[in-house]
Amino acid sequence: MEPSISIKNLALSFGNLKVLKDLNLEVGQGEFLVLLGSSGCGKSTLLNCIAGLLDITDGQIFIGGRNVTWEEPSQRGIGMVFQSYALYPQMTVAGNLSFGLKNAGLPKAEIEERVNRAAKILQIEPLLKRKPAALSGGQRQRAAIGRALVRDVNVFLFDEPLSNLDAKLRADLRVEIKQLHQQLQNTMIYVTHDQIEAMTLADRIAIMRGGQILQLDTPHEIYNKPASKYVADFIGSPTMNFFDGAIEGGDQLRFTTGDLSFTLEGYEFDAGSPAPGTAWFGIRPEHMLSGADAGNAPIRMNGQVNLVEPLGSDTLARVTAEGHSLWIRLDGQAAIASGDSIAIGFDPARANLFDKTTENRL
Amino acid sequence: MADSQVLTDTAAVTGPFGRRPKPIFSRRNIMLYGTLIVIAVYYLLPLYVMVVTSLKGMPEIRFGNIFAPPVEITFEPWVKAWSEACTGLNCDGLSRGFWNSVRITVPSVIISIAIASVNGYALANWRFRGSEVFFTILIFGSFIPYQVMIYPIVIVLREIGVYGSLTGLVIVHTIFGMPILTLLFRNYFVSVPEELFKAARVDGAGFWGIYFQIMLPMSLPIFVVAIILQITGIWNDFLFGVVYTKPDTYPMTVQLNNIVNSVQGVKEYNVNMAATIITGLVPLTVYFLSGKLFVRGIAAGAVKG
Repeated sequence: MEPSISIKNLALSFGNLKVLKDLNLEVGQGEFLVLLGSSGCGKSTLLNCIAGLLDITDGQIFIGGRNVTWEEPSQRGIGMVFQSYALYPQMTVAGNLSFGLKNAGLPKAEIEERVNRAAKILQIEPLLKRKPAALSGGQRQRAAIGRALVRDVNVFLFDEPLSNLDAKLRADLRVEIKQLHQQLQNTMIYVTHDQIEAMTLADRIAIMRGGQILQLDTPHEIYNKPASKYVADFIGSPTMNFFDGAIEGGDQLRFTTGDLSFTLEGYEFDAGSPAPGTAWFGIRPEHMLSGADAGNAPIRMNGQVNLVEPLGSDTLARVTAEGHSLWIRLDGQAAIASGDSIAIGFDPARANLFDKTTENRL
Repeated sequence: MADSQVLTDTAAVTGPFGRRPKPIFSRRNIMLYGTLIVIAVYYLLPLYVMVVTSLKGMPEIRFGNIFAPPVEITFEPWVKAWSEACTGLNCDGLSRGFWNSVRITVPSVIISIAIASVNGYALANWRFRGSEVFFTILIFGSFIPYQVMIYPIVIVLREIGVYGSLTGLVIVHTIFGMPILTLLFRNYFVSVPEELFKAARVDGAGFWGIYFQIMLPMSLPIFVVAIILQITGIWNDFLFGVVYTKPDTYPMTVQLNNIVNSVQGVKEYNVNMAATIITGLVPLTVYFLSGKLFVRGIAAGAVKG
C-alpha cells in the first residue's frame, strides 16, 4: 500500500548548523508514529518541515502520494495541534474551528456542519460560544484538536500537545487521543519527549538524536531490544543499569566486570556470537530480581539498600552490590528500608549488550 | 504537665497573633508620603499659577501676587487667546493653529501607525532575507540628529512641490515616527506566541489575513501606546512645524510661541497663560483618557523582547 507520508533525503540547515541530516521516513496509512527524543534532537523541526512551516534545504516530502515539498502548509492536507494550544484569543471556540474553513472559502452550511461534527466527537459542544480564556487547559487542548479535526484531512500532526497540562489531565487526554485515532483511523505523527506518551500511543516510535533517527520500531521492540546504548538509556525510568566490562570468549561467552564474572547463557545476540572485547551489559530495574526470586536467578549477589522510593504501585530501590550502584524495581508492598541487606539476581536472557566503541547492540 | 499547659496557653494569648499591626504614622510612611507630597506640589504649582493667572484681569495681575486666587474671575483672556490674539498678520487667535494642528496630527498619526504596524509585523513574523539588516538600518535612523536632516528634507519637499503645505509636514512626521514605532510594533509582535502564527498559516491565512484577523485584534494595547506617543509627539512638535510650514499653516505650538514672544505692546500674561493651557489641553486629555491602557501596553510589549 502507498505510504501516507514519505520523506526522502530530507535535510535542513540554518547557516552552518545542520539540524536535520539526510533523513528518510515512511509512515503508513492510519499509522500512529511518535517522534521521541530529548530537547534539541530535531523532532519538532522535522514536524514543522512536514507541516511546511519551515523551508527545507534539501530532499522531498510526499503526503498521500503527492509531492508537497514546495506547497503551503494549508495545501498539504494536514491538521496540526500545538503545545501552547495556539487558539486565537479573540475568537470563540466556534470561530477558532471555522477560521481555516472560512479561509478555504467553504459554504456556510458546510462549515457549520463540520464544526458541529468535530465538537460532537470531542464533546466540546457546550463550549462553542466561549472564548479560549474562559476554558480550562484540557478544554483548550480539545478545542485545538478540533481545529485540526474540522479540516477533514488524513494527516494529523501533534507538537507536544500535552506538555502544558498537569499529570492527571495528561493521562486522561492521552487516552482520548488514542481513542480518537482508533475512531478516525487517520495518520498521526506525534512529537513528544515523554516516553510514557510514546510507549502508550505509538504504533511505531522513532527515536531521534542530533537530527537523525536512531531507531524506528514498535514500542515493544524499542523497549526490549534497543538498537544502541543511547536508546536503551533513554527509554525506561529509572534508567537501565549498566555494567562496564568485557566479553570473554571460550566454550561459553562470559562477561566480566570488576570482580564479577558470569556466563551469557540465554542471551540472543543480534548477529551471532561476537568477538571478545569491551562491552556494556545493561539490565532494566524491572528485570532485577530480589529476595526469594533472586535465589532462582542464574546470577546472584548481595547488596546494600541506599535509597528507597515508594511509588505506591512499585517501590524503587537503589542498591550497591559488588561495587555497582543499581536501580531495582520491587513490588509496592515490599517491606524494605534504607540500610537493609538484600539478595538480588538477574537473568542474562533479559539483558542488553552493547559494543563499547560503537555503542550498537550486540 | 498541667503547668506547662497553662504556660503555653498564656504565651498564646499574650504573644503576637493575627494580623501584624501597621501604624499609620510610622517613620517609613512619613518619609514616603512626605517626599511624594513635596514632589507633587513642586510639579503642580506652575500649573496652579497658570490657571489662576489666566482667570485674572490685567489690573489684578499688576499687583504682583502670583499665588493669590483671582478676586474677580474672568474668562476674557481665554476667549482672546482662542479667537482674537494676534500672531503676525493674522488676528484670529489660536483657533487657526488648533485646526492646523488637527489637520497635521490626525493624518500623520493614522498613516505612520498603519505603516509602522505592518513593518513591525513583517519584521517580527515574516523573516525575509536581509530583514535583520533592514531593521538595523531603520533603528540606526532614529539616532541621526534631526538637525542633519532638516535642510535636505527642505530640498526634497520643494522638489516634490509640497514645501510649506500641510501635506509636506504630514510626510515629515510620518517618516520621523517610523523607526521608534516600527521598533515598538516589532517587539510587541515578537512577544506574540509563534505557534499562533503557525496555526494561522496551517489554517490557510496569508500575510494580510494573519495581520488583520489574528494580530490586529490582539494588539489593542500597543496601538494605544503608539497613538498616544504620536499624538503627543506630533501635537507638541515645534521644530518641524516652524521649518516646513508658513504662517498660514503654522501648527498651534508655533502660533503659541508667536503670541507669547510678541514684543509689541503690553505683555498680556493672562492671555499667554490661557493660550498655553489651551495648547497643552489635547495631550493632557489623551493622557487622562488612556492612562491605564498606556501603562498596560508599555508593560505588554514595549519593554519585552
